[in-house]
Amino acid sequence: MNKTIITVVGKDTVGIIARVCTYLADSGINILDISQTIVSGYFNMMMIVDMAATKKDFNTVADDLDKLGNDIGVVIKCQREEIFDSMHRI
Amino acid sequence: MINVTEVVETNDMIEKENLDVRTITLGISLLDCISDDLDELNRNIYNKIYDAAKDLVSTGNQISREFGIPIVNKRISVTPIALVGGAACKTKEDFASIAKTLDKVAKEVGVNFIGGYSALVSKGMTQADRLLIESIPLALSTTDVVCSSINVGSTKTGINMDAVRLMGTIVKETAEATKENDSLGCAKLVIFCNAPDDNPFMAGAFHGVTEADKIINVGVSGPGVVKTALEKVRGESFEVLCETIKKTAFKVTRVGQLVAKEASERLGVPFGIIDLSLAPTPAIGDSVADILHEIGVEHAGAPGTTAALALLNDQVKKGGVMASSYVGGLSGAFIPVSEDQGMINAVEAGALTLEKLEAMTCVCSVGLDMIAVPGDTKDTTIAGIIADEMAIGMINQKTTAVRLIPVIGKGVGETVEFGGLLGYAPIMPVNQFSCDAFVNRGGRIPAPVHSFKN
Repeated sequence: MNKTIITVVGKDTVGIIARVCTYLADSGINILDISQTIVSGYFNMMMIVDMAATKKDFNTVADDLDKLGNDIGVVIKCQREEIFDSMHRI
Repeated sequence: MINVTEVVETNDMIEKENLDVRTITLGISLLDCISDDLDELNRNIYNKIYDAAKDLVSTGNQISREFGIPIVNKRISVTPIALVGGAACKTKEDFASIAKTLDKVAKEVGVNFIGGYSALVSKGMTQADRLLIESIPLALSTTDVVCSSINVGSTKTGINMDAVRLMGTIVKETAEATKENDSLGCAKLVIFCNAPDDNPFMAGAFHGVTEADKIINVGVSGPGVVKTALEKVRGESFEVLCETIKKTAFKVTRVGQLVAKEASERLGVPFGIIDLSLAPTPAIGDSVADILHEIGVEHAGAPGTTAALALLNDQVKKGGVMASSYVGGLSGAFIPVSEDQGMINAVEAGALTLEKLEAMTCVCSVGLDMIAVPGDTKDTTIAGIIADEMAIGMINQKTTAVRLIPVIGKGVGETVEFGGLLGYAPIMPVNQFSCDAFVNRGGRIPAPVHSFKN
């Protein structure tokens, strides 16, 4: 298991989840959990994914998602889960 | 499983509240580089540092990328050069050549600063110690990223007043030697009492002789995070206030611990310590003075400031100690003037004086830090200020330090601009009464008695 957190923040539009999920599926990245809300017109999504099976390295995935975010007009961040775990779990 | 609120909280800290890892500092022992041939010594130093640190910056950047946390500085600290250069250096210029080697290799591997152009003279000075100290103005004016620190006192040994007196002159000479750049050299020179061996922060970092061959020390930061957390508990009791600071310090420190562990694994260098200091930057919202304001004083320096700072410092440690497996360095709140916008505002408002800053240093780490004073301040007055600060450290069994910048050609009311993380500072007035007869006595102040505490 190689858990990574993907966050997507930006103006809501059609197909954000579809496009992000398509990229992840094509890259062999398994989605473990998705939560999503709209706060005053702004789209907020967090995904927990497992990157153990993908052949792409972390930097490539982060760069690709960054580009995809620019395309859609949202900000996509990719961070390893440990930073959240260490901060919020004892 | 991590939930969305926690993810948003962490990312808000990073994006909106200036949470960062201030520095990964790689400590490198240079004891095995010693030679009595100066060229060979310089070559050994270059090779050892280059080999040890060539991947430091890229590793730091990769960790930063994967966790999404900025790592602002990558630095190197080395064994005090007075110990390393003693056999080979017969003149000030010989010592300065080592500073140039350090500068060159630091730039080559891409680190922001290299510390350890240092001497430990808390009881006495060897010929090498004295030469190194006398070479500081030359070394700091002919290099860019080399930092120097001199330990002139400790609780166990007392204060070496000969060294204090000498440092008064050296600070002035360094200011003169770098006067074209607003005496910037003095921003890279710090005088300590009870200097820690494992400090990751500049300008005082050096790799102590008690340390392993190589070690990773990490300094975290997060004044903005603490301030934002405190905004939510305005008007609440001290109990709530202290709990909030502790919890926040815990979270901030955990990030440092994670980064330190990763860096240690990837570089194959043992993890040394996390330094728990709250280190401000000139960025708006990244200020220790703003936390004091949030705690309830109108400006840093107002009555109540020392108590507020004492509380802050203690709670940061209590939260941080549990978050990290090894805590060390200086660990406390830094109160540099030029590097903290809130401090600058307090000085400009007339709320904060040199004397109040001195009182504040009794309860927090470091000391009189990044304070610009008039360029015509006498050597002996600077030595007197150093002696006062060293006495606070010696008696209270804590680290204290002085980083004063007598800005040549400028006086009270003018401002000096250092740029970058060093910020800018209004020049503060200094007490004009003389201490010549005191600092010129010569000799040492004996170590204090450890009983009869009052």
